[in-house]
Amino acid sequence: MSPDLIVYMFIAALCLAGGFGVVTTRNVAHAALFLLLSLASVAGVFILLLAEFLALVQILIYGGAVTIVLLFALMLTRLEEFSQVTDNPQRPLAAVTALGLFGVIVAVIVGQRVPRMTIGGGDFESLGIELFTKWAIPFEIASLVLLVALVGAIIIARGEGSEE
Amino acid sequence: MTLEHIELLSAALFCLGMYGVLARRNAVLVLISIELMLNAVNLNLVGYAVFLDPGRVLGQIIAIFVITIAAAEVGLALAIILRMYKNRGTANVDEFNIMKW
Repeated sequence: MSPDLIVYMFIAALCLAGGFGVVTTRNVAHAALFLLLSLASVAGVFILLLAEFLALVQILIYGGAVTIVLLFALMLTRLEEFSQVTDNPQRPLAAVTALGLFGVIVAVIVGQRVPRMTIGGGDFESLGIELFTKWAIPFEIASLVLLVALVGAIIIARGEGSEE
Repeated sequence: MTLEHIELLSAALFCLGMYGVLARRNAVLVLISIELMLNAVNLNLVGYAVFLDPGRVLGQIIAIFVITIAAAEVGLALAIILRMYKNRGTANVDEFNIMKW
């Protein structure tokens, strides 16, 4: 049991605890906070994998933007009425489906024969170079997608019947 | 720490998210479960980049794009949910069935 495996087990336990909290809690605000726990644990795993830039981006975007947007939306729209409906009568079927899919994926993982390397130093510079040369067009398209989503969200949430 | 550890954690998160999408009735909770699934995919991509790719960069770049699109999707989906809540008075996804035949 190497030290990084022990740390990884701890972080993975936190991540799964956050995931369980997301899918089983009755309170919507608690679900958003459990999601934050899960996302921060995934950022911890990224650091263990020596992908530090991804860990930073994960915490900034997910922890700093997505969770805040979720909590603000819940706060500004009368949370208690959101909390009244949570779960489906289809829960057992959903659990069976999810467990079945998990079993299939685990069977594939255990049976795979792929040559793999050890964790090495991912080069931060090569990430930047590749992102802005080979992946420049998807980068620009992603910024366009963000612009469209921003404008669309404003138009949708503002409502009809407003002036101008 | 090997590739199987990352893949198992990613599979567990994905299946938890899928259970959340199928079993939850509140639209915001479904959205949060979708975010969990997207995170599982990101974890898998970065794991593959670190363990299998000589350049170690391609999976990370794709994960950056997934994070970007997921953030845009959360904003838009929340706007839609707020609109639906204003129009119908409920956030229960079982009751949005106008287009059901």
